[in-house]
Amino acid sequence: MTHMLWVVLLPFLGALCCLILRGRAVAGTGILFSLAVLAVCTNLLPGIWTQGQIRVELGGWAAPLGIGLHLDGLGTFFLLLTAIVGVLVGLYAAGFFAQDKKHNAMGRHFWPIWLLLWGGLNGVYLCSDVFNAYVLLEVTGLSAVGLTVLSKTTASLVAGLRYLLAAMFASLMYLLGVGLLYAACGQLDFVLLGQDMTQSPATLTAFGLMVFGLLVKTALLPFHFWLPPAHSSAPAPVSAILSALVVKASFFLLLRIWFTVFPALTGQAGSSPVLPPGLFLGLLGGLAVLWGSLQAVRQIRLKLLIAYSTVGQLGYLFLIFALLSVSHGAGGGPSGATDWTAMAWTGTVFHVFSHGLAKAALFLAAGCLALAMGTDDLNAMRNIAGRMPVITFTLAMAGVSLMGLPPSAGFVAKWMLLRAALASGQWWWAVVIILGGLLTAAYVFKILAYTFVPSQDETVPLRPVPPAMTLTALALALLCAVSGFRAEEVIALLPHGLDGSPLSAQGGSP
Amino acid sequence: MSMTFWLPLIVLSSSLVTGLIIFVLPEERSRVRTMLNMAGATVKVAGVFLMAWGLLAHGIAYEVRFTMGLGFDFLLRVDLLSLAFVSLSSNLWFLTTLYAVGYLEGSENRSRFFGFFSLCVTASTGVALAGNLITFFIFYEFLTLVTYPLVVHKGTPQALAAGRTYLWYAMSVGAVLLVGVVWLQALAGPFDFVSGGVLHAMEHAPRQELTVIFALLIIGLSVKSALVPLHGWLPAAMVAPAPVSALLHAVAVVKAGAFGVLRVVLDVYGKDHAAALGLLTPLAVVVVATIIFGSLRALMQNDLKRRLAYSTVSQVSYIALGAVVLGPLATVGGLAHLVHQGIMKITLFFCAGILAESRGIHRIDQMDGVGRAMPLTMTLFTIASLGMIGVPPMAGFVSKWYLAQGGIQAGQDWVVAVLATSSLLNAAYFLPMLHAAWFKPLPFKPDPETLSRGIVHGRLEAPWTLLVPTLATALFSLAAGMFAGWEWSPLGVAEKIFAGRGSMP
Repeated sequence: MTHMLWVVLLPFLGALCCLILRGRAVAGTGILFSLAVLAVCTNLLPGIWTQGQIRVELGGWAAPLGIGLHLDGLGTFFLLLTAIVGVLVGLYAAGFFAQDKKHNAMGRHFWPIWLLLWGGLNGVYLCSDVFNAYVLLEVTGLSAVGLTVLSKTTASLVAGLRYLLAAMFASLMYLLGVGLLYAACGQLDFVLLGQDMTQSPATLTAFGLMVFGLLVKTALLPFHFWLPPAHSSAPAPVSAILSALVVKASFFLLLRIWFTVFPALTGQAGSSPVLPPGLFLGLLGGLAVLWGSLQAVRQIRLKLLIAYSTVGQLGYLFLIFALLSVSHGAGGGPSGATDWTAMAWTGTVFHVFSHGLAKAALFLAAGCLALAMGTDDLNAMRNIAGRMPVITFTLAMAGVSLMGLPPSAGFVAKWMLLRAALASGQWWWAVVIILGGLLTAAYVFKILAYTFVPSQDETVPLRPVPPAMTLTALALALLCAVSGFRAEEVIALLPHGLDGSPLSAQGGSP
Repeated sequence: MSMTFWLPLIVLSSSLVTGLIIFVLPEERSRVRTMLNMAGATVKVAGVFLMAWGLLAHGIAYEVRFTMGLGFDFLLRVDLLSLAFVSLSSNLWFLTTLYAVGYLEGSENRSRFFGFFSLCVTASTGVALAGNLITFFIFYEFLTLVTYPLVVHKGTPQALAAGRTYLWYAMSVGAVLLVGVVWLQALAGPFDFVSGGVLHAMEHAPRQELTVIFALLIIGLSVKSALVPLHGWLPAAMVAPAPVSALLHAVAVVKAGAFGVLRVVLDVYGKDHAAALGLLTPLAVVVVATIIFGSLRALMQNDLKRRLAYSTVSQVSYIALGAVVLGPLATVGGLAHLVHQGIMKITLFFCAGILAESRGIHRIDQMDGVGRAMPLTMTLFTIASLGMIGVPPMAGFVSKWYLAQGGIQAGQDWVVAVLATSSLLNAAYFLPMLHAAWFKPLPFKPDPETLSRGIVHGRLEAPWTLLVPTLATALFSLAAGMFAGWEWSPLGVAEKIFAGRGSMP
């Protein structure tokens, strides 16, 4: 079981190697390490499948004293998503940063920072206590900012600075919460904290601070201001990483904090203030879905459009807090109450997964288009559907998943969330989900409609795009479609060890 | 196991695989593309015939089922109803592909066109074979997505606008359909289509909820089946090339909508149960309004394709009429019309395409005397038009006759009045065209430039790839009426479907 440690160590080692090496060897080493990480992650799967969760105490010291690594079904999902997207984006980056001298220079910095970021992400999914989570989140945040400013354009520097300030502020809030929590409870481990959580002013404040910090990092609606400029001004592979992976890490931590550490405050058993915190997050999420998508419809730059779409799509993730904040007795119909908690979980995790793949595919495709056309202005697109059919197909496939239409992973996610909303009697969330889907369709088809505009005679010729770039984008989109067909296996992983979540009490698959 | 499992999959994937290969085929490999297309279409037609033979002669149940882990199964199943639709769409796909090859000769982006064309047929095959509501929904939405590129194929501002209209209609209403499907599943649990309906078995199901869900489902289906007031996209989509119109109207989209209405009324709610819940009367009002309104609007059009489009709005609702009129014969008439309308309307669109391509005729006032210049095309056009009006012994007459009989059977005499009015209106918009074409003189020689834009052909009035499919469908529609009494005519099959409904698994 010690190879769980390698999940974190390998990327860091890779980052070191890439830092030392020069020239072409950097990209090669980077890809090699990416593949190794993917292999290690897949290697963990059977263990999770049979045991539900794995825990490793580093140095042999048990929980309150030592540092532990803890992996469960939920964490495995995030790990796998990161590894899949990571490897494909890495292959893409090899082509992307080889296009000219300027990009070559960027590529030299890309690989070490990206692998550092990857290590941080994996660490977040594996760590078992709130403080190590902070450290790793900080690693993630700082390296993400580093990647954002890679292109050194004014726009990216401004966006990066804004991102840096937001991220620093957020982690400070989180750290403050951790400090309070430690003072009040005397321990840091997720599970131990959750077991004897009591309501006191100190823990309540800690809860508020930690959640607030994580919300800022996940760019929930009023705190989304830093996301669109940062994600849209970064180079394409970086945008894919930021949108598909980085925001998911803080969301993961939020799930942990919410359902494992503070079930006493957030669960049905907890106090019910005027506005339950879960409902509040759900409301913000719903607003984010609508607002983000509306903003996306209004954009005429492809990358900015996709970045706003991230703001909207992240909103769906927060519906789970509202869906699960309702008491279990409310569910009507023949389907039992625990049934829809499972649906809400499945829907949310599937949304993380499908959005990660689809959004990465979109950003990579946008990068190909920008390389071919020299700009990402939608108005400049002329007969792209005819001249770059594979890229158009990629955009369409990824778009279909974002809209939540079959056949795609996004459909599974939306289907599950819809069912959870209807089965639990909270039909208004169904309205939000449907409206969000329509708005998503509006911006996806806005892109696709431009690709059909016929070319005039004076059309600028397109620059050739390396097949490695087109094909990796396509692969991501196809994966997204295919995983919608085999949802069963994916879902089977889920019930295992979502400890602290209402699901773990239930056991079997839904 | 093996063949009963693989055959539906082969039928489904024959067009899917063809489509995907065509996407990656270079633009100039038109010969390979045509070969592939025809091969795929042949496999599909052969597969459908095999399934029909197996089901009808040996009672073999073809079924593909695998679980998705989402609380429902992905289920393809062949029953008589799906067989009727899938044989219609597979045969017409074969002919439409042949037609499209001739029609689009030398134009741009043909790989893309034929790729999506095949995907479109895949989607409608899936709609036909879907064994439960969710599988139906999956293919139904897929159909929306793959027809969009066909509608905007020309890329002109009008085409893009029409595509946008189509999408807005289809997507927003698709969302309503999804809510209905999810809600019904939350209420009734997973279920498959069963003839006679599923829901009457659920006594505890609240009436009100079932009513709302029925409304959601029908609204969700009403865009594709072009029920008033959600028909607006169909005339707008006429900017697409003629084979696409033929496909939209006769093979895929509109038919999928009407087919969905049949499935929901007959196989989910059950006609009797739906009537008991009081759901059929409002639907009947909408259907009748659509029949009359569509005909009236058709009368006002001068553009040939738009007139045909409004005619579709009206005629497709006959199918739904078969589902809402209680008499059993009406159901038979509606089912038969599913096929009849398909072959007649596709003939009309094929003819309209030939007229537009070889003579530049787009409007009805340009049709004067064209019968003398293009006798074959206009003869076929006439056959299909007379069928649409319902002149005996044409196919349209048979469906109308059965619908009316069903109405009388159930004591719903208004059906006869509706049919009579509609037939009158049909005559009012078809006969003037025929009159103009056959009896008015050619006003002037068409200017040579218009002629030269048309396709160069020998002594035929149009290339054979355009004429042969048209001839075939016209003959089908003639035969469907003349030999309606034959066991395997569309009517005969419809009767079988109806009779077999009770005994089917």
